[in-house]
Amino acid sequence: MSRLFRSNEALVTVTIVLLSLIIGLNNPTFFSVGNFFDLLRSSIVMGIFAMGVLIVIVSGGIDVSFTAIGVFALYSTTRILKEAMPDASIWVGFLIAAAIGLGLGMINAFFIARFKLPTLIVTLGTLSMFHGFLLFAIGNQIIRNVPPAMDAFARSALVRIPLERGVANLHPAILITIGVTIIVWLLLRYTMLGRGIYALGGAREAAERAGFNVPRIQYFIYGFVGLLSGIAGMTFGSMARQANPQDIVGMELNVIAAVVLGGAQLTGGRGTVLGTILGVALVVIANNSLVLVGVPTVWQRVVIGLIILVGTGLPAIQAKRASKRGVRLAEV
Amino acid sequence: MANEIIRLTGIHKAFAGVRALQNVSLTLERGKIHCLVGENGCGKSTLIKIIAGVYQRDSGSVQINGKEYEHLHPIEAIREGIQVIYQDFSLFPNLTVAENIALNEQLAEGRRFVNWRHVRQVAQDAVNQIEVHLPLEARVEEMSVANKQLIAIAKALRQNAQLIIMDEPTSALTEREIRTLFTVIHKLQQRGIAFLFVSHKLNEVLEISEAIIVMRNGQVVSTGPASAYNTTRLVFEMTGQSIAEKSYDFTPDHSQPALLRVQNLTVPGALNNVSFELRRSEIVGVTGLLGSGRTELALALFGMLPIASGQIEIDGKPAQIRSVQDAIAHGIGYVPEDRLTEGLFLEQSIGRNVVVRTIDRLRGAWGLTDPAQVAQQVNDWVASLRIKTSNPDLPVKTLSGGNQQRVVVAKWLASNPHLMILNGPTMGVDIGSKNELHELIKRLAGEGMGLLVISDDIPELLQICNRILLMRNGAVVEEILPRETDENALAAKLIED
Repeated sequence: MSRLFRSNEALVTVTIVLLSLIIGLNNPTFFSVGNFFDLLRSSIVMGIFAMGVLIVIVSGGIDVSFTAIGVFALYSTTRILKEAMPDASIWVGFLIAAAIGLGLGMINAFFIARFKLPTLIVTLGTLSMFHGFLLFAIGNQIIRNVPPAMDAFARSALVRIPLERGVANLHPAILITIGVTIIVWLLLRYTMLGRGIYALGGAREAAERAGFNVPRIQYFIYGFVGLLSGIAGMTFGSMARQANPQDIVGMELNVIAAVVLGGAQLTGGRGTVLGTILGVALVVIANNSLVLVGVPTVWQRVVIGLIILVGTGLPAIQAKRASKRGVRLAEV
Repeated sequence: MANEIIRLTGIHKAFAGVRALQNVSLTLERGKIHCLVGENGCGKSTLIKIIAGVYQRDSGSVQINGKEYEHLHPIEAIREGIQVIYQDFSLFPNLTVAENIALNEQLAEGRRFVNWRHVRQVAQDAVNQIEVHLPLEARVEEMSVANKQLIAIAKALRQNAQLIIMDEPTSALTEREIRTLFTVIHKLQQRGIAFLFVSHKLNEVLEISEAIIVMRNGQVVSTGPASAYNTTRLVFEMTGQSIAEKSYDFTPDHSQPALLRVQNLTVPGALNNVSFELRRSEIVGVTGLLGSGRTELALALFGMLPIASGQIEIDGKPAQIRSVQDAIAHGIGYVPEDRLTEGLFLEQSIGRNVVVRTIDRLRGAWGLTDPAQVAQQVNDWVASLRIKTSNPDLPVKTLSGGNQQRVVVAKWLASNPHLMILNGPTMGVDIGSKNELHELIKRLAGEGMGLLVISDDIPELLQICNRILLMRNGAVVEEILPRETDENALAAKLIED
């Protein structure tokens, strides 16, 4: 019981509830259906990215290039659809974006698995490379006139609730996020591949000795993250009804922060899907709703920074205290 | 013979022309506890790796369960029931005990999906087999070293182990944990499982083993039943020479104030009214079980644990030690138990490790270090502590355990401490180096330094200390003079409740 209470998930849940209460008591619109749908909408893209980042962090690595992959896939796919197959359905678009993302992810994987380079260095490099290549070789103009399939997707709604003024729409792309979340959860919890990712993040050498094929696992991780990033990028553009090569890049730290807030440890081996969902929820609420209680937009970044500092600092201090007690007892 | 698991005949192995094993022959029998002893670099690890299929021999023959293996693959060795438990246990700290026990087996079966109920069942079975209690749902990182070892054994059993090879199985365990381990081993032995220990701790080797194999310079120099050996003979076989250690005799000079005087030192939950004195040229041992407060005493004196009440006097003057910096300013040096993580920068050169504490004093004009002076200092220490290396620019991790320990000592000596606290100074160090470290400790004391040696290696304490403090539950319960006791009496006192 005490273990449950001390868990990171519980801590984040309490923070979310407190933050919601503070915001909601000051401005009741926070608890409206409209705002709830808005929050969900804002979680769609970050949620997909976050699931990819979770996998990388659990494996003991880090990927900062996923935003570049996302925007690369979005922009290229939009151009392909527009110029080569204007009548294709949105699913073809997602398929192309996923394939582009997978390809770019495999470039990361190649450097990481083949040459055993540090993941941060590789992905910092490819972040600039992918984005630079996009701007230089594929295009740097915003595409506002998106293909009809993307346009239709942007306007669709999963649930429509009429309100006093206007309607509250829930975008169907939330289903993509839910689907990705379930797949990642099943992967991490119920497949040997997923357990291999945890094993790799916990003790690489032991994972090799146990018989895990570490390079193969790394190819999977970075390839899969690339694939998810492609889908996330495409989702972003299809909801915004434009493909802007300057979008998405810059989001990476927010996403990583959400995953870390959710309890994943940058040292690897630890992190859960549930925690990540909560971390995303916390960051999205802080991002979207602080304005409702009169926190000026420029201060939101400060507040989010504070939440990250306190949210990741508290468990770290707790762990340190626990280990100090442990030292005394176990005399390590 | 049906009783043989392993028969090696005439094994030779060389690495890049350097002979590691030379004409090694040995047999290991079912249900028997064997022990492989030898100094570092004598070829023990190479031999184990050949048995496990990690290395391939250059010539000779390997028979496992009567079957001749031309080219033994690690997977084949595992299928024949050979399991190696390395010193780091190869466990995953972030996963549960149950998953750690079951993981390798699931992987070997080629499973793609995880059935958690099955995982728990497998783990429960394995734990039942060794008749110990382990919290299956806890994470391995929360377990003690002793429990991690039991988990590693349970894991090996699940893979149908016939022969369990354990590298330094007792080096990080306390007396009582060693008892538990030995009980488990005897139970498994009765079921026909063979063990091969690789160990430095000669007393334990003699206590549990039935057959002894001694290696020196890549050759098996002596084998036989354990009853044919005693410590002296083992040391002789391992080193090829007799080493006789003299105990340290010292008569305190009471005209001078004590170098260190501790009165009623209390740290809540760890130390309870600890009082003692340490004079110049004294070597005082501190011993006790896990959790007796022996490490906490060192940490408190070194400013790493906050002192709630009590006084510390140094050279007759009261001293406030609130931080490591305070302790260093008072001339105290500390060589920690875990030198790999706390005492050394493993990737850095030997030279840099030696001078890191005193780098400020080596600064010349413009605040820059003078490379010639640094090199001079490094060479002096390497020579005076006899650190065996071809080049002090090599990383510390290239050294053997005994030499690494000397680098830690050198690092502290470079700053001229009056008082050195050594925690487990010879843990994981082989006999020859151990002796040299003991000589070094005595030499330092002879030069006027006071030394506090924390150890649970009883022969070591008896050999080098002129007084031994026995701790229990955070308090010093007895002061023992080595000449008035012997190994068995002290060991009995140690485990008494």
